[in-house]
Amino acid sequence: MANLKTNQKKTKAQSMGLHTEVLTGKTQQKFFNPDEAENFFYWGTHDVDFNKRTELDVKDMDCKEANEKIDKLMSEGYGTIVIKNPQGKHSLGVGILNKLNLIFEGSLGYFGVGSIDGPIVRVNGRVGWSCAENMMAGKVVIEKNAGSCFGAAIRGGDLICKGSVGARTGIDQKGGSIIVGGDAGAFTGFMMQRGRIVILGDVGINLGDSMYDGTIYVGGKIGSFGSDAVESPMTKNDIDWLKRKLKVAEIGNDVDVSKMTKVVAGKKLWNYDALEPTEKKGAI
Amino acid sequence: MCGIAGLIHRGKSSNVGEELQSMLQALKHRGPDSTGYALYADNDGQNFILRFKVGENVGEGSTSVNEDESVYNERKKLVDKKLSELGATIVKEEKLTPYSFRYEIKYTQDLMEFSKAIEAIESVEILSIGKSLELIKDLGDATAVSERYGLGKLKGTHGIGHARMATESGVDIKSAHPFWGYPFADVSVVHNGQLTNYWNNRRVLENKGMRFMSECDSELIAVFLAEKMRNGATLEEGMKESLTGLDGVFTYFVATKDSLGMAKDTMAAKPLVLYESDDLVAMGSEEIAIRSILPQEIDTYDPFDGEVKVWQI
Repeated sequence: MANLKTNQKKTKAQSMGLHTEVLTGKTQQKFFNPDEAENFFYWGTHDVDFNKRTELDVKDMDCKEANEKIDKLMSEGYGTIVIKNPQGKHSLGVGILNKLNLIFEGSLGYFGVGSIDGPIVRVNGRVGWSCAENMMAGKVVIEKNAGSCFGAAIRGGDLICKGSVGARTGIDQKGGSIIVGGDAGAFTGFMMQRGRIVILGDVGINLGDSMYDGTIYVGGKIGSFGSDAVESPMTKNDIDWLKRKLKVAEIGNDVDVSKMTKVVAGKKLWNYDALEPTEKKGAI
Repeated sequence: MCGIAGLIHRGKSSNVGEELQSMLQALKHRGPDSTGYALYADNDGQNFILRFKVGENVGEGSTSVNEDESVYNERKKLVDKKLSELGATIVKEEKLTPYSFRYEIKYTQDLMEFSKAIEAIESVEILSIGKSLELIKDLGDATAVSERYGLGKLKGTHGIGHARMATESGVDIKSAHPFWGYPFADVSVVHNGQLTNYWNNRRVLENKGMRFMSECDSELIAVFLAEKMRNGATLEEGMKESLTGLDGVFTYFVATKDSLGMAKDTMAAKPLVLYESDDLVAMGSEEIAIRSILPQEIDTYDPFDGEVKVWQI
């Protein structure tokens, strides 16, 4: 049970009448300590060998069965898994928390490769809504098009679509990079908080609507700016970063990134910089 | 959330009944309450196909009031009598369920007056009138409805369908999709989404003489488009006007005797996946609907916000 005690030192927020008490107690979070590396265990992960390769045909499986098979193959040490006949099924390849080469020979439905932390994924087809939602780390490459909410709430990693994406790409994005070779729909970067979005083609209306922070680069036409999204000058750092990322993404070789439009938050609606450090941590 | 599916074969006919059944069955998880089909069949085009119901399916899951089957027969007799008074000739009649009928009729007068007269009979609703359109809707999933009405062997060029999860109105046939574009022959609509200015639009349209049979917000789309077309707009023009005239979130399909169209609201809040080739267009709320008839690797995409497309057969 947590104890409640009065905090004697007043912060700016407390002086405004906000939260005059602080919670103390034993945290349930686990923190990595290099001295205890041998004992550190990340639940749900497997040690895999990238040179150990196998194929899995999921044509006659539902998503639960297919995901359980993938997990079993990882537990057996397979580090490269090729999925045959995904045929637009939903929620395939989700919750993978270790390094892995995962290749889909076909298209995925909704919520493909969501909540992953580390794998390198290649989809030789299209993906439906909410691909890679909540991704923490890793790299996901989509060879064709993607549906709406592409990269919703991702926190890290590189998410690449070589074709076009639907509406609300990068909604609630908290980190990482989303790179799109084609066009993007309305509300791209809606309420994004951190990270970068790169659209080489055109974008729809309300770009960056209500964004808190982060950066959006657009190569083509912009339908309209959303609330509190503003254009900002390109810097040398932006250009260097874009060149490096597009090379990694294997797209946009012929794009002159210096001519792209850079869009950031105007910080009229939200401004992290005005928050107390403790509040900033909580907000993020 | 509901699931919608549609397909059009260009330049040939196919087994659209079976194909649409597969697509809708793949979307069953989006709407298990009722399923509807609007199929454009290879009819000879000589007579009108009149599909109507004289009562509701009061089976498991229905929110309708139970009625004795004898009242259905009485209402059917009243329909036959009214058809005769209107000068319509029944060429062929089929009783599909105790409450649902399919007639082939000869009729040459105004369809709006015709429809008003038939629907003036208590609990009688015309599901569709057309020379190609076969509109079937009932409680149950796609397979159950298809088997009940023998749709598996129906051949035609195109069709649209709907798997419904009842949210804003009852589990009954009158609220099920597709909706006929009263009073236009061969026009049908299916919709996934919610319309927030339903009552405002309904009041305006009713004052203009248009009719609503349910309190399902989706019916507004059919009536909205029908009213635009009645005033001379093309189907595509009417659909483009709907993007601003209808408020809310929607993806809908509309079909006529020789075309199929889709429209998506300006926020792209409802899903749609589309496959397009020279001889076939197939689309649905989820890609698995398309995969159920095209399992091979194909290129599909999501139409963008505010997009309207119309294809001809």
